[in-house]
Amino acid sequence: MLYVNIRKKLNDFTLDIQFETNNETLALLGPSGSGKSMTLKCIAGIEKPDEGEIILNDRILFSSRKKINLPPQKRKIGLLFQNYALFPNMTLEENIKIAVSKKHKDKDRIVKEFINRFSLEGLENSYPYELSGGQQQRAALARMLVNEPELIMLDEPFSALDDHLKWQMEQELINLLNEQKMNSIFVSHNRDEAYRISDKIAVLESGKILSLGTKDELFNNPKSVNVAKILGCSNISRIEKIDEKEVYAIDWDMKLICKRFVDENVKYIGIFENNIEIHEDINSKNTFELKIVKIIENAFSYVLTLKNPNGKSNIYLKVNKNDFNRYNLAFKEFLNVKLREENLLLLY
Amino acid sequence: MDYSPLLISLKCAILSTIITFFTGIYAAFLTTRLKRYKSLVDGILTLPLVLPPTVVGFLLLIFLGKNGFIGRFLNQYNISIIFSQAANIIASFLVSFPLMYRTIRGAFEQIDPYIIYVARTLGLSEHKIFMRIMLPNSIPSIVAGTVLSFARALGEFGATIMVAGNIPGKTQTMAIAIYNAVQSGNRELAYRWVFILVIISLITVIILNKFEQKGSTKIGRE
Repeated sequence: MLYVNIRKKLNDFTLDIQFETNNETLALLGPSGSGKSMTLKCIAGIEKPDEGEIILNDRILFSSRKKINLPPQKRKIGLLFQNYALFPNMTLEENIKIAVSKKHKDKDRIVKEFINRFSLEGLENSYPYELSGGQQQRAALARMLVNEPELIMLDEPFSALDDHLKWQMEQELINLLNEQKMNSIFVSHNRDEAYRISDKIAVLESGKILSLGTKDELFNNPKSVNVAKILGCSNISRIEKIDEKEVYAIDWDMKLICKRFVDENVKYIGIFENNIEIHEDINSKNTFELKIVKIIENAFSYVLTLKNPNGKSNIYLKVNKNDFNRYNLAFKEFLNVKLREENLLLLY
Repeated sequence: MDYSPLLISLKCAILSTIITFFTGIYAAFLTTRLKRYKSLVDGILTLPLVLPPTVVGFLLLIFLGKNGFIGRFLNQYNISIIFSQAANIIASFLVSFPLMYRTIRGAFEQIDPYIIYVARTLGLSEHKIFMRIMLPNSIPSIVAGTVLSFARALGEFGATIMVAGNIPGKTQTMAIAIYNAVQSGNRELAYRWVFILVIISLITVIILNKFEQKGSTKIGRE
């Protein structure tokens, strides 16, 4: 169990974080400079919060009220940074060995065990700069886990890796987290990465948690317009409520039927660009004829910028190349799209 | 030819370098951890490098002289530092200290802070972090700082002549012997000392370069 309730004044904002986790993986998702890394540093004891409490499995790590502030050495927290921070003057074996707790008598046996477990055999005498990115990450993970932490925290661990390696390392990490069944916190600014790795996601902005929930809750119903933006929802419009099931999207000039009950507080409506469908039947529910005003080509998909002739803002839609060719889409042509009622996000 | 200036120079430079070695490393370690007054402390520690050596010598006279704060105290035990080899060593130490301190501080600051953070979370004590991580990752700079300090101490003139004076066989170093020889019109002697001093200094710098090359290939960051 990890309980965090801390405040710390920083240059641009005040960090104000509360959450609790129970043997699960929590992702802190937010733009850079939102306080994610500072939160990790406070939990690890590298930075001191101004006030609050941090409790890990019944041990008080920090309490401003009880004047407790354990040094990082006594917190039993493992940290993994994106550059892995292996000790450059030590071989891989020494890097792992230095982290073995003093209570173990046969350090060499444990080191050997971890080297085997992380498939690092034959690299015992290599220095960190001689290892590949993947090997460095495995070495850093081995060093962290050999220390027997009660909580592990990963700060953007994949951002230094190439795309093809990233995928493999991510799968290894997911397996590892599932094996360990321990508290872990994962910091990321990539929504898909956070979704794949974690059980729960906390969305941060300017030092505050805007939303915390299971990942399905969050993506199906982000509730706040800022959360939706951080999750990468680029299609957002102001609304006027028509009735409990219908709204008028001001910026898109569309009347939309919603599946969820529209209460008085709903101010915006949104839809993820992957959730917009190309639909042939214009008479179908929530289907509109929009003009293609811009086409951006990716490796395997196109991002179309669409506009309702009387609307003020654009609607973005992602289509794969096969569909793009199948529908004969082209610049300045019109296209029928359907905004499925179950995909519409009602935002405050 | 009297070789005592050579021996005195080497002896004082070696001893002052030993003191500089430990104090410089320790001062660098402490200042990198300072949260407040960092630039003030750093300024004071660097001051002897930028001040004219005569100013350092004058300040030393004030403190160590018979009426000085420290001098008076030592006088009670019949110890006089002024015009002794101890003054030679203190003067050399003061002017060479900033070179050691700054070189090593630079090396400590270049160590990725995340390496230190991770070391702490792994339970390594601050002492162990210093001995096993900070020092080994700064070896090229420690060598460079030591050699530079030695070279500076060996060539020290201004502060030395003010506090240690020019006593042949006691406090007369090579640098002072050259000055002395030129003053008394003994050109030939001056040439000899200049030659010896240039050779020793050149050797030190060559040693320094060798170590720097070695260091950069071994602890190559990439």
